[in-house]
Amino acid sequence: MKDSYEELTDLALEARREVVRMIGGLGVGHVGGCLSIVEAMIYLYYREMNIKPEQPDWPDRDRFIMSKGHAGPILYTMLGLRGYFSKDLFATLNRPGTHLPSHCDMRLTIGVDMTAGSLGQGLSCAIGMALAARMDKKDYRVFCVVGDGEQQEGQVWEAAMYAASQKLDNLVLLIDDNGMQIDGVTDDINSVRPLEKRWGAFGWATIAINGHNFREIERAFDFAGKTTGKPTAIVMNTIKGKGISIAENKCSSHNMPLTAEQTAEALRELQ
Amino acid sequence: MKEQQEMRAVYCATMMEMAEKDNRIVSVQADLMGGHGMKPFAERFPERSFNVGVAEANMACIAAGLATTGKIPFIHSFATFSTRRCFDQIAVSICYAKLKVCIIGSDPGVGAELNGGTHMALEDVAIMRVLPGMTIFEPVDSVQLKAALPVLVAQEGPVYIRLYRKAAESVFQRGYQFRPGKADILKDGEDVAIIASGLCVHEALMAAEKLERDGIKASVLNIHTVKPIDTDAIIRAARETGTIVTVENHSIIGGLGSAVAETLAEGCPVPLMRVGVRDRFGEVGKQDYLMRAFGITAADIEAAARKALRDKC
Repeated sequence: MKDSYEELTDLALEARREVVRMIGGLGVGHVGGCLSIVEAMIYLYYREMNIKPEQPDWPDRDRFIMSKGHAGPILYTMLGLRGYFSKDLFATLNRPGTHLPSHCDMRLTIGVDMTAGSLGQGLSCAIGMALAARMDKKDYRVFCVVGDGEQQEGQVWEAAMYAASQKLDNLVLLIDDNGMQIDGVTDDINSVRPLEKRWGAFGWATIAINGHNFREIERAFDFAGKTTGKPTAIVMNTIKGKGISIAENKCSSHNMPLTAEQTAEALRELQ
Repeated sequence: MKEQQEMRAVYCATMMEMAEKDNRIVSVQADLMGGHGMKPFAERFPERSFNVGVAEANMACIAAGLATTGKIPFIHSFATFSTRRCFDQIAVSICYAKLKVCIIGSDPGVGAELNGGTHMALEDVAIMRVLPGMTIFEPVDSVQLKAALPVLVAQEGPVYIRLYRKAAESVFQRGYQFRPGKADILKDGEDVAIIASGLCVHEALMAAEKLERDGIKASVLNIHTVKPIDTDAIIRAARETGTIVTVENHSIIGGLGSAVAETLAEGCPVPLMRVGVRDRFGEVGKQDYLMRAFGITAADIEAAARKALRDKC
């Protein structure tokens, strides 16, 4: 019998296959930034978040915001796997009239809590939700994923200051520190590191982990769950395009073409 | 005659009245809470009042997040900063996401006075007007503001409210009924129609009185909601008078004048004179100086109306 981590690992493989099929079916998409956060998304949607897929608008649900909105396909994969909608929808990604656009749209996709796409805005929106929870004396939590390059947007730090100032311990930020952005290596373009120190200096509880290791992810969420009086930033060391050699650790995987042959090869790698 | 109360005092009092009955109403500020007269609100509803500091982009998106949970947040800053400073946040996180956020832009146009050009919003209506789903409201006085706020809160979608903070010239009497999307016909006349918004309405009425002394009958309409605009009222005025003057405390590019021009061009083309700020930035000055400098006084409206009458022939 498989243990919990093996189950999660199988799910991660399945999720990667779905992302590759979804984007490969179309021929182009944001492969790199979807594959770098697969494990975090699996853990959130299968272990951590208090959600009811059969009741997507349950008022007391935990909220999730994909601030790096271009990673829509991995969020859709989670929602499809968890039963928010049929997996048949995956094949409609970015097709005319689709409910699954490149960037997350709360008005189009069941289970998406916030629209995103223009980088840097999601954490502020997450703060609004976290404040609402506190106002309504509800114990739901808000989870938000930002990219590493995204933190070059000044608004992220406006939000960082205010979340700490408001002591929002119902807010958890996951940073996809894959070290790459569209034009190259993040450290070469405009470094956002050292992330733990920066977020710590802004008043957040911080923890750095290997973002592809479920044991470490579990440890990070345990840490966040026990933190009081401040929001938590989980700095996830990740690999862009993780799992398929055509994309892995390549800046070009941000938004890349994927031919039928490449898709088939990638799916073989993900068996 | 000037009203006794400042607009911001009436704004805060109305907000508090609404908030007593509706716990969804939330105030979000960016270090101008006092400037917007909202300290009493914060004292009465501390748990529903937030001040994010000097961070308008953050304010706009925090409001969007609040709105996803059913709250009705009001965000506040000078009209320059609550619109153009966080335009993309309003476009994406509020309008594109179809969230109900009420955006207060204070000290529009000449209202910025001694804060000068950097603070003088002459383009805020233009940039808000182009956003799908945005309602744009500009009260003339506190009577209209008080009557309109509950209606604007009750309707769906984001609202931009252009709020003059000081005491306004009194135009509407107690008992005024605010009709959403419907122009107020303040004066009938068949020679020329003057269509005005905000503090220019009072100037328009003075101009109409002056014209009347010379036997020229001008109608005066207040467009309080430039989007969605009252197309019927504008076309009716064009048909009845055959010539139109618009007046606004804003650039003639993209604001009321443009909206009326678009309406007329498609519905009833007649001569049009646009009185407003002519493609320039603001400057430091008291309000009466600025109104003269921008050419938006009663005398400017009167001259434009006479020109519009000549154009009709």
